[in-house]
Amino acid sequence: MISVTLTSPAAVVLGGVWVLLLVATVVVWRIAPAPGSELRQRIRGWWMIVALSSLALVLSRTTALVFFGAISFLALKEYLTLIPTRKSDRRVLFWAYLSIPMQYYWIGIEWYGMFIIFIPVYLFLLLPVAMVLIGDTQGFLRAAGTLHWGLMSMVFSLSHLAFLLVLPQGQYPQISGLGLVLFLLLLTELNDVAQFCWGKLFGKHRISPTVSPNKTVEGAVGGMLTTLALSVLLAPWLTPFGMRDALFAGALIGVAGFFGDLSLSALKRDLGIKDSGNLLPGHGGILDRVDSLTYTAPLFFHFTRYLYF
Amino acid sequence: MWRIALRLLFFLLIVKPFFLLMVGVNVRNRERLPHQGPALIVANHNSHLDALVLVAMLPLPLLSRTRPAASAEYFLKGGWRAWFATKVIGIIPVATGGGRPHAEVLGEVRDVLQVGDIVIFFPEGTRGEPESLGKLKTGIAWLAQQLPAVPVYPVRLQGLGKVLPKGDWLPVPFFCDAWVAEPLRWEGDRQRFMAALTASLGG
Repeated sequence: MISVTLTSPAAVVLGGVWVLLLVATVVVWRIAPAPGSELRQRIRGWWMIVALSSLALVLSRTTALVFFGAISFLALKEYLTLIPTRKSDRRVLFWAYLSIPMQYYWIGIEWYGMFIIFIPVYLFLLLPVAMVLIGDTQGFLRAAGTLHWGLMSMVFSLSHLAFLLVLPQGQYPQISGLGLVLFLLLLTELNDVAQFCWGKLFGKHRISPTVSPNKTVEGAVGGMLTTLALSVLLAPWLTPFGMRDALFAGALIGVAGFFGDLSLSALKRDLGIKDSGNLLPGHGGILDRVDSLTYTAPLFFHFTRYLYF
Repeated sequence: MWRIALRLLFFLLIVKPFFLLMVGVNVRNRERLPHQGPALIVANHNSHLDALVLVAMLPLPLLSRTRPAASAEYFLKGGWRAWFATKVIGIIPVATGGGRPHAEVLGEVRDVLQVGDIVIFFPEGTRGEPESLGKLKTGIAWLAQQLPAVPVYPVRLQGLGKVLPKGDWLPVPFFCDAWVAEPLRWEGDRQRFMAALTASLGG
């Protein structure tokens, strides 16, 4: 069970996030006085994200799992709306959506073995079987491949965030699953923000002009250093990591977040779109927000689980 | 009375949560939609969900006075579907086809507008292929000409034909869009009216 008391480190950090967002809001209102400007909308989007996720995480483990499941659902739906799908696969897509409650149910009953193979093994084999039974071979590989890529990114990878909540915490009584989730979420999202800010301020040399022209060496390096510093600062509060592992986790999140972002940019470029949707004001769609998490969540989870749980 | 109550419950408990939580419809320029009747809401047509989403977009108090015009041939076949369409949804049955005069086919639609209700109307006449606008029939121009004071609100729908296409019963979630265009009024020229409407519906 998540037990949040007002003085637990996780609760203090969560309070810190609200304070930080309040400060950011004041700053943005100063530097972007025009109502409805992109920066102001983006802050509004952050308020939505922070308010909803705080509520879901603090209430109970069940609300947190439902919340993460809803994010997977929205992300998968956005992905399937963007990519070309075959009309003959409607039933298969329906099954793919049903895998979301199942995947989060495995987490709820703490069945690690099923959680870790359900999508990569069972759905990987079964969904193409469903396609074969329907019998449409035109575009089969593309349909099976793109659907599996979506399920791996939006359901399997993102659900690692939720499994952090239920890792057995016996050896580390001071560490809560909530703390680990906060650590990963904060570092991933602040890494994005820091890369954006450093890039805006000092960006000169483009890293990958063909995929994402706004990414610069200066932004990436500045962002990563910021993430390393934050990791060292927050790790003693939220994680069982010592100094060495805090540095490693920070570097892992910085690099993985960067490539998660780029891989979704490549997808959008391939499809010829700028934003993945318009669910969050100023942020674009939900994929624009969870892109980095699809890389950081599984990598951080396995790093932590291998070394500590 | 119980029909209105049933309709209210159906929209509040099933239709609205379905569109909000399962589908996700992004309505652009919602403020342009009418706040009172009479009005014609005109859209492209790919799915049974089209009429439901257009009714659900309007403010709830208008629910009892909003009626989709729908094919009599399809919806009045009898049984459960006919009961539901006429009693709960409150469709105006329109006998399409047959080359009869507009006054005969659309007379009831005109009457409903004349008492101040909102009518949802699909000028393609039938559900076409998703994301391609079929040729609009001229019945809509006849209605606009008969009632020049009634504003026509074009709404372009996208994606619902993927969620629930013709001939299928299982809805599959996809995000959808609805663009509400500037309302049109009859200005005396049928060709201009039809061209403006076609353009607003993305044709």
